[in-house]
Amino acid sequence: MKLVIIKYNAGNIQSVSFALERLGVDFTITDQAEVIQQADKVIFPGVGEASTTMQYLRDHKLDAVIRGLRQPVLGICLGMQLLCRHSEENDTPCLGIFEETVKRFEPQPDKKVPHMGWNNLTLTANSWLDPALENKFAYFVHSYYVPVYAHTSALTEYTVPFSAAMHRDNFYAVQFHPEKSAEAGVLVLQSFLNA
Amino acid sequence: MLTKRIIPCLDIKDGRTVKGVNFVNIRDAGDPVELGARYAQEGADELVFLDISATNEQRKTFASLVRDIARHINIPFTVGGGISSVADVAPLLEAGADKVSINSAAVRNPGLIDELSRAFGAQCIVLAIDARKVDNAWVVHTHGGKNATDKKLFTWAKEGQERGAGEILFTSMDHDGTKAGFANDALSKLHALLQIPVIASGGAGGAEHFMDTFILGQADAALAASIFHFGEVKLPELKGYLRQRGISIR
Repeated sequence: MKLVIIKYNAGNIQSVSFALERLGVDFTITDQAEVIQQADKVIFPGVGEASTTMQYLRDHKLDAVIRGLRQPVLGICLGMQLLCRHSEENDTPCLGIFEETVKRFEPQPDKKVPHMGWNNLTLTANSWLDPALENKFAYFVHSYYVPVYAHTSALTEYTVPFSAAMHRDNFYAVQFHPEKSAEAGVLVLQSFLNA
Repeated sequence: MLTKRIIPCLDIKDGRTVKGVNFVNIRDAGDPVELGARYAQEGADELVFLDISATNEQRKTFASLVRDIARHINIPFTVGGGISSVADVAPLLEAGADKVSINSAAVRNPGLIDELSRAFGAQCIVLAIDARKVDNAWVVHTHGGKNATDKKLFTWAKEGQERGAGEILFTSMDHDGTKAGFANDALSKLHALLQIPVIASGGAGGAEHFMDTFILGQADAALAASIFHFGEVKLPELKGYLRQRGISIR
């Protein structure tokens, strides 16, 4: 299997690649359109800010490449948010695979923003995630979230219930960081590799 | 439900863990990667690695250690010690660290917090504050607690948040090493004052101190070093104790 991590200005590429190394999986890190297009599976990582990252993707013509992919794609954290239609983070139009709009958490007295730390997953019916992940904890760091909707595969609650994982056609996505989520994260990456 | 975090802290000098460790079943107690991996396996929620090497030359080797830590450890970790510029931080994050902590350099140059937050995002900037009570005011100290400053804990923490810090790591020098519990009065004031998470540090002696700091201190996370290194408090038992008492714990 040819696995590719899309190389761009995302902060967590190193951590994602170490997680795949620990799984004993071979992969390539690249921003070459043809290499990405010929991969069997693609990982779209992400840590950063939406508007500058979308600008980077457009400048490097990676936006069209990602939209056109037909093989399984996994978006992680900001990667998941960028797969949505629009983000409230600096009013940014995104890739539009998922129709939802990415919203900002409203801070509450006992709910600080960013949502940072370990929180539990509730899987939806027919989720692509391993059933063993039900009620397991994953590591989140984010100030923006995707509401729960038709393509939600797992939800987590923080001020509101939100999408912790999503799936539509060949696109898979997680809001948390599987590469930093201990054994639960391993199960998530394996769920994608088996998808 | 978001859980409270338990964070073992490892002091590193010249690539080795210092302050002593007396674990059994660890081949080499001085190896920070092996010790960190063990804590991760036992249920640590995050780790902190503080480089206390004295010279820049020794510090350069730290980035390669960070890479080694990231390669082997599957939970988030913060690195700190002597960070004073964007140029210091970039190689550490590229090596796989999730967050960096800054302390003395931020007191000297508060604009550093803004710069780092803009360059890397608030979520990876931890402002570490060491303070002790002097004439009823919490006075901020730098250089490992050696130098008193004119800054006060609460105003400095608030300023840190406004400048873009993502978390405050507050160490009470009065409580550090006492094993008599965390500075819960000051911590609960920080909680009321701030919109960013607060990590309690200094004073952990037993499992009940963690419970107190999560309830009385309203801390989001608690950090300790020697009690974990010496096995006085074991992570699985600590987490079981807290869970039984209704604290939200992974």
